[in-house]
Amino acid sequence: MSTQVIPIEWYITLSALLFSVGVLGVLFRRNAIVILMSVELMLNAVNLLLAAFSTYHNDPKAQVFVFFIMAVAAAEVAVGLAILIMIYRNIRTTDVDFLNKLKW
Amino acid sequence: MQHLTLTHVLFLILSAVALLSGLMVVLNANPIRNVLLLIVCFFAIAGHYVLLNAQFLAAVHIIVYAGAIMVLFLFVVMLLNLNKETEPTRPAWEKIVAVIAGGIFCITLVGALRAADTMPMPDAKGMDVNIGLVNRLGATLFDEFLVPFELSSALFLAAMVGAVLLGKKSSK
Repeated sequence: MSTQVIPIEWYITLSALLFSVGVLGVLFRRNAIVILMSVELMLNAVNLLLAAFSTYHNDPKAQVFVFFIMAVAAAEVAVGLAILIMIYRNIRTTDVDFLNKLKW
Repeated sequence: MQHLTLTHVLFLILSAVALLSGLMVVLNANPIRNVLLLIVCFFAIAGHYVLLNAQFLAAVHIIVYAGAIMVLFLFVVMLLNLNKETEPTRPAWEKIVAVIAGGIFCITLVGALRAADTMPMPDAKGMDVNIGLVNRLGATLFDEFLVPFELSSALFLAAMVGAVLLGKKSSK
């Protein structure tokens, strides 16, 4: 059983679709936590495509990139959720439509 | 279209699971269910990594995402006591606009990537099945990417200090 029989276009399409689902989540929802989860979904779509390119190009560098993206995502989630908890403490909601002080 | 092998079928099943659970994350109004469905989606992506011979990446993905990040999300959702009743929803016209915008984005992205020049496909013996094993990745990580690796530890320290400071009750 080998992976090389799956065309790379399938992975490209799958990643594009997953990324679009993430974009849809950011546009569709008002809960900031779910929006953060949609961002994670977008990061994972990119990670998947990087891993696919890595395998199809015989180059482990892209997998190291995925590793770094995971590290940055973990740090981002820790800080992001801390910010969300602080926001909730102040305005008692995680609805992004209430956070419009910086909106032009 | 060539003959469908077991790998193709596995790919299609995992893709369907990932896309459907991803869509359900967006469409379901219950935050706890959103978190659990996203974990399902991440497990499907981990299956994709295994199909791609990226075994180490699959293990790290499950440990970091399903084990750490999603548990953090689950903690926060439960800590803030979010549920279906408190979930804010957009008015219908905003939802329609969001779906249209997301659909157009999707069509543009897929169309652009389909129209791009496809790279030459490697043949069956051109691919190294050991590429995703930890010794290959470790050699690359500690050889070419040593400085970024050390810098990421500084990033984690900064994130840790930032999260603690932000989460602490401010003494006014």
